[in-house]
Amino acid sequence: MIDMPQYIDDSDTQPAYLWPDYTSTVLRAPSRPLVPLRQSLTEITGPLLGDDRVGPGDADLTAGHAGEPLGQRIIVSGQVRDSGGRPVPHTLVEVWQANAAGRYIHDLDRHPAPLDPNFTGAGRTVTDADGRYRFETIRPGAYPWKNHHNAWRPAHIHFSLFGRAFAQRLVTQMYFPGDPLFDFDPIYASVPDQAARRRMIARFDPDTTIPERALGFGFDIVLRGTRASIFEDDAS
Amino acid sequence: MTTPSQTVGPFFAFALPWPDGPYAAPPGTPGLITVHGTVRDGSGAPVPDALIETWQADPDGRFDHPDDPRGRGASGPRWFARCPTDADGMYAIHTVKPGPVPSADGPHAPHLTVCVLARGLLRQLVTRVYFPDETDANRADPVLSRLPDPSRASTLIAVPDGNALRFDIRLRGDDETVFFAL
Repeated sequence: MIDMPQYIDDSDTQPAYLWPDYTSTVLRAPSRPLVPLRQSLTEITGPLLGDDRVGPGDADLTAGHAGEPLGQRIIVSGQVRDSGGRPVPHTLVEVWQANAAGRYIHDLDRHPAPLDPNFTGAGRTVTDADGRYRFETIRPGAYPWKNHHNAWRPAHIHFSLFGRAFAQRLVTQMYFPGDPLFDFDPIYASVPDQAARRRMIARFDPDTTIPERALGFGFDIVLRGTRASIFEDDAS
Repeated sequence: MTTPSQTVGPFFAFALPWPDGPYAAPPGTPGLITVHGTVRDGSGAPVPDALIETWQADPDGRFDHPDDPRGRGASGPRWFARCPTDADGMYAIHTVKPGPVPSADGPHAPHLTVCVLARGLLRQLVTRVYFPDETDANRADPVLSRLPDPSRASTLIAVPDGNALRFDIRLRGDDETVFFAL
């Protein structure tokens, strides 16, 4: 008999697939209920992507160009934990964002705001032994989108995390405190629980703020943790 | 409690794809196969801004991971692939067929697990690719054989396509792919 972790069900925290206020869900959300799948070795394992995916300077989005990017320099840092409070060490964290004017360096971004030749907006890092990560970047701008009349996305940084199991995979967005656009954004509002929504909002962090240089924002990320193990026949 | 999921959005292509991303096992690996397909939405239109990720066991059915209680499987290949869809909604990943995976419910037939991310998906979708030359193992597979609607099992089995395998993903519609809640 072998002890196998099982990851908790956090579906009550998560947005529904079909959320008509966000119009792109209407043709892309499945119409049938998801089929429950008992977690097997396939789901409780996952790619342990780490340092091989990250190069020097990848955590500093303000570097690597000829000059300084425009905008307000910020530090975004935090801890990746599981829902049991355990740090998630040595796991890949990928981020991407618009520039200070609210423009992505993407062929299909038609927002007529300027590109910044000194800013790409993609970063990668690996959490340390305590699950901590840190990025240096600039604060992204809000940008308009076509979802509805006069629609604007609140400023955000996209995050992609793997954890240590396929069942922990998380892609989310980090928002900035006090954004007046929250109440008008169907993507933010797709999360049903108010307290859960607030977990997507970074906090101003005086401790990581660098005098004369950068504002600090703290953003802890909580992945699904394991519950009481089940016992699996050792089939090997 | 956990951090909620949000959509990957339409603008990840400059950040998430890796040059070697589609290769779960490196070019030149013996037995390398291509799994490709088209992602379509509820109107049948191709989805040109999806990201497909796959994870799998090694050819012996072991995982290169410390939580595999039999000990870690073969390291070297990443056993993880990532490929964005192109303007026609097509993706292609390259890998080696995994072995069967033991479970308390009986062995799972060889399969890839698949994560689908896209604009319009507020959370990832999870499905599986099973192999068409594993008729007996597929028939006995505890996931395929216990679907609430058995007629939908065919959406989880790739089809031969020359030297490759084709696995189309229909997000919504009459021939909607089976997606799982983990």
